Amino acid sequence: MDLPALSIKNLTKIYNDSFKALDGISLDVRQGDFFALLGPNGAGKSTTIGIICSLVRKTEGTISVFQHDVDQDFSSAKHLIGVVPQEFNFNQFEKPIDILITQAGYFGIKASIASVRAEKYLKQLGLWEKRNDFSRNLSGGMKRRLMIARALIHEPKLLILDEPTAGVDIELRRSMWNFLKEINGNGTTIILTTHYLEEAENLCRNIAIIDHGKIIENTSMKSLLKMLDRETFVLDLSNEIDACPEIEGYSISLKDQNQIEVEIPKSESLNELFSELSKKNISIISMRNKTNRLEELFLGMVEKNLGQESQK
Amino acid sequence: MNNKEKWIAFYTILRREIRRFMRIWPQTLLPPVITMILYFVIFGQLIGSRIGSMAGLPYIQFVAPGLIMMSVITNSYSNVVSSFFGLKFQRNIEELLVSPVPNWIILLGYIAGGMCRGLGVGILVTLMALYFTSFSIHSLTVTVAIVLMTSLMFSIAGLINAIFATSFDDISIIPTFVLTPLTYLGGVFYSINLLGDFWRDVSMFNPILYMVNAFRFGISGITDIDIIWSFSMVGLASIILFLYALYLLEKGSRLRS
Ligand SMILES: Nc1ncnc2c1ncn2[C@@H]1O[C@H](COP(=O)(O)OP(=O)(O)OP(=O)(O)O)[C@@H](O)[C@H]1O
Ligand SMILES: [Mg+2]
Repeated sequence: MDLPALSIKNLTKIYNDSFKALDGISLDVRQGDFFALLGPNGAGKSTTIGIICSLVRKTEGTISVFQHDVDQDFSSAKHLIGVVPQEFNFNQFEKPIDILITQAGYFGIKASIASVRAEKYLKQLGLWEKRNDFSRNLSGGMKRRLMIARALIHEPKLLILDEPTAGVDIELRRSMWNFLKEINGNGTTIILTTHYLEEAENLCRNIAIIDHGKIIENTSMKSLLKMLDRETFVLDLSNEIDACPEIEGYSISLKDQNQIEVEIPKSESLNELFSELSKKNISIISMRNKTNRLEELFLGMVEKNLGQESQK
Repeated sequence: MNNKEKWIAFYTILRREIRRFMRIWPQTLLPPVITMILYFVIFGQLIGSRIGSMAGLPYIQFVAPGLIMMSVITNSYSNVVSSFFGLKFQRNIEELLVSPVPNWIILLGYIAGGMCRGLGVGILVTLMALYFTSFSIHSLTVTVAIVLMTSLMFSIAGLINAIFATSFDDISIIPTFVLTPLTYLGGVFYSINLLGDFWRDVSMFNPILYMVNAFRFGISGITDIDIIWSFSMVGLASIILFLYALYLLEKGSRLRS
């Protein structure tokens, strides 16, 4: 196996000598991966990211980025990392173009090279027209994209995004996904946190779920989805029924006279269900998944972890 | 980072600092000039003409060097303290913290920024002063050297203040309660030889007295104290403050959670 892009060993963070935000996290992210770090609010995602890019001081543990220890070899490590933080942290009174060229300067990149790159990324992210506006006057989604451009200006090999699509509209989110996929396709390793599981499912090949400062799951998206062995469908009926139909092998419940819910093992085919229903003269006009199945799985895991935590 | 990259990083910080105080010039450049014009009109011309001479100089020529020094001190200090605190407050400092810039470059960049503002205002105020009075230069070397060193020292002090500050109150406490009184009592407006023995001895503990006198010596050749003391004191203080500021940045506990 090739060398990991990011390797975290036994990372612990105690805030203010009292609150344990991270409790011995270990994690490897492969080169070229698109990796999701998931977890509920306050789980420790931003803390982990903060430590990787030296915004937060760790209590214990080691981190290396492409084999460069972030403490011992901080200059090389920092050249390799680009970060998009969760909160806006650029100077609101500066112009996007200046923000990018300044950030490049901090990495020792000449203004002549920086301005070429700035133009490229501002154009790709649809901000070129706004380059000379006060960044305070950009919309929320534009501010996020500005931070993405800023993170890319020194062309890092590892891009870390902390909730990049929070507050971004659907259309823009799709275009951001495409942009990130393209960057990932060109060889940049990407780590992202998000509360939209659809986003993780769409983009990421591997995931870790973190809760209460611990990794509770670290697997591939494929095997995570395999764990979803049952699905619930909501069926809307064209005619009203009074009693809940009973069909061997399916658990069906009546929601109201026009709607039933059916729980089905994933291996089961749906054809049988439909033919049984039409035999009973029940015709279906539409159907949908009850909730995002990934969301349910996620909630199940976090709840299970909560139960284990409270037993201790 | 190699040396060339370090130079680019330093230059980037400095350029950003200069842009900042130029962008907000009505807050940074205009007020000191207006204040100083008032001082020159009131103390120099209106009251000054009645005071006559001080330490053998016409009063306006006596106060002018002190007033110039006063604006260099306050502007060097307040440029760094407000810029660096703003950086912290907006979390904008994260741009620097995620980058590979070494702390000593950050320190030098901010000091250079403070000095540019301090010296820039100093030059503006000197031009104002020349409108009200004229003075020849007794020793250009002493004049330039003491202004540079004073500006350096107060820029570093401003940075230390900003590192410790956690609120906007914290960045005005030192200028209001320490810097201003020390300046007013630092021989800007009077010769300490006017004071009784006791208060003169107390004044000797005021570092600003040494800077103002060395500067006045540079311009007019007249001083209340030995300027060797001035240079040794400002030099030593700058070195100590520089090392302390560097230590605070390296430790990083007030910049990173
Ligand atoms: N500077 C700080 N001082 C004290 N506690 C902190 C600090 N920053 C974070 N915490 C605490 O550490 C825990 C983890 O916070 P963190 O920001 O890492 O969560 P997160 O997973 O990013 O959550 P979210 O999804 O809401 O962004 C939280 O309980 C938070 O209150
Ligand atoms: Mg977070």
